[in-house]
Amino acid sequence: MKILVCVSVTPDTTSKIAFKDGNSKFDDAGVQWIINPYDEWYSLVRAIELKEKDASISIHLVTVGNKEAEAVIRKALALGGDEATRINAESNDSYFIAAQIAEIANKGAYDLVFTGKETIDYNGSSIGGMVAELMNAPYISLATKFELNGNMATVTREIEGGEEINEVVLPLVVSCQKGIAEQRIPNMRGIMAARTKTLHVVEPIVIDALTNVVNYEMPPAKAGVKLVDADNVAELVRLLHEEAKAI
Amino acid sequence: MSVLIIIDKADGQIKKSSLEVLTYGADVAKQLNTTAAALVLGTCTDDLSTLGKYGVGKVYQVVEDSLNNLDAQVYAQVIASVTNQVGANVLIFSHNQTGKSVAARVAANLKAGIVTGACALPDVSNGFVVKKTVFSGKAFANVNINSACKVISLNPNSYKTVATEGSAIIETLNVSVPTAKVKVTGINKVSGEVPLTEAEIVVSGGRGLKGPENWGIILDLAHVLGAATACSRPVGDAHWRPHHEHVGQTGIQIAPNLYIAVGISGAIQHLAGVNRSKVIVVINKDAEAPFFKAADYGIVGDAFEVLPKLTAEIKKLKGIA
Repeated sequence: MKILVCVSVTPDTTSKIAFKDGNSKFDDAGVQWIINPYDEWYSLVRAIELKEKDASISIHLVTVGNKEAEAVIRKALALGGDEATRINAESNDSYFIAAQIAEIANKGAYDLVFTGKETIDYNGSSIGGMVAELMNAPYISLATKFELNGNMATVTREIEGGEEINEVVLPLVVSCQKGIAEQRIPNMRGIMAARTKTLHVVEPIVIDALTNVVNYEMPPAKAGVKLVDADNVAELVRLLHEEAKAI
Repeated sequence: MSVLIIIDKADGQIKKSSLEVLTYGADVAKQLNTTAAALVLGTCTDDLSTLGKYGVGKVYQVVEDSLNNLDAQVYAQVIASVTNQVGANVLIFSHNQTGKSVAARVAANLKAGIVTGACALPDVSNGFVVKKTVFSGKAFANVNINSACKVISLNPNSYKTVATEGSAIIETLNVSVPTAKVKVTGINKVSGEVPLTEAEIVVSGGRGLKGPENWGIILDLAHVLGAATACSRPVGDAHWRPHHEHVGQTGIQIAPNLYIAVGISGAIQHLAGVNRSKVIVVINKDAEAPFFKAADYGIVGDAFEVLPKLTAEIKKLKGIA
């Protein structure tokens, strides 16, 4: 059984968001880079949990990014996983990225591909579905539980106001979110072991990007909070009704 | 060349978010001087001709019982076939659970550029530029789609539904529907509640409420407002409230018209889930709570005293005894 875990490198959740070069680029000055939390806490950790139950499972990580992504990928390998591949390209077109990952997934004949439900920078929620389409495999999104029984997966996915339980035969692509695994941090043994794990670097296949970012914008600044006295709740109701027209 | 709007249903009824994408899609068609049509997969209890009120002339339907369950692979193939059959070149989805499962798959199938989480009409004056939220609502990106066929998924609650007069023609399409590989073996749904992502008003509680036994004041306020209830991460993690109520970076991201946060300090991860709300009210006894900086209105006070008063005042406003 081979699991491919897609990993994206994103700015830390508490990073200050700013743009440069005429708002055309993300300003990464002073930004701490991390593994996209959905890829780390949920998809990678769930893959590791599965491997802990069945040692015959192998876990490969894949990322699309430049050389600077490697330090973050080593951190992911410190949590677990057998080896990683970095596709040497930078893009924010989801089709370009998905096509690169699908190339690896198809060539490597993976049984299972895990992604996070979205990246915290671009919020695309697109890669899993696209990879599945390019693999001609079923796709289950927003998974909160994942169990394997031989080549049959039982997956719980989020639906509006509840959850749905799905059964499907592998190969399969799943986008993972909270609930699927318990968050963990790497231990010293993992960190040491990660240093010697193989990190392949491959060149991208030729794919035309179908989208490009023209520029970025910051939301208009809030006018500031209007505080209402705790003894004058009626005034808050009046403001919400007459001024904000929210009730 | 035309716009095709993909309708989403729950229990055979059209979702509110689908009415938003209908209005949006009809407006995109106007920008492009073309027509808009809707697509309904599976059976539907609503009268589909009434979708004409939202600006579409035609509703295509693929009536096949198996389509009442979502298998993203099957949906993508059927939607791609319909797109080719009717000659659509702009596809509109809602960026809800169904859209997140299907839209990107359809885009890959059609080799169409996609923008997910769109929050405004495209700018077609120079290319086809769609504004979307990025960095969990902390910024926007304007993204140009270069391909001939284009896919947009629209953030729920980001486009105002407009209903006028009009009736749509219903056309049943013959499309081959592949056998689903995903089998649905169970559904657990909380019935009778407003789904969080569709709610216009959300009342949310945090650790400041001290325990699950105190949630009555949140539920009472939500009830008079017809609001959905939500909670912060610590509350979900402590099982005071069900997990599906957790809003924030790792929970559900919402954008209601009104978000009332009670006893929530407003950590950056929580804000990432709610900062697209149009109006934010914060009630917290700690005047230093960071949430006040992101709020439109605030009360520094004890939730246990403020909330019952607030509920009573809203009852008065609405004329509820």
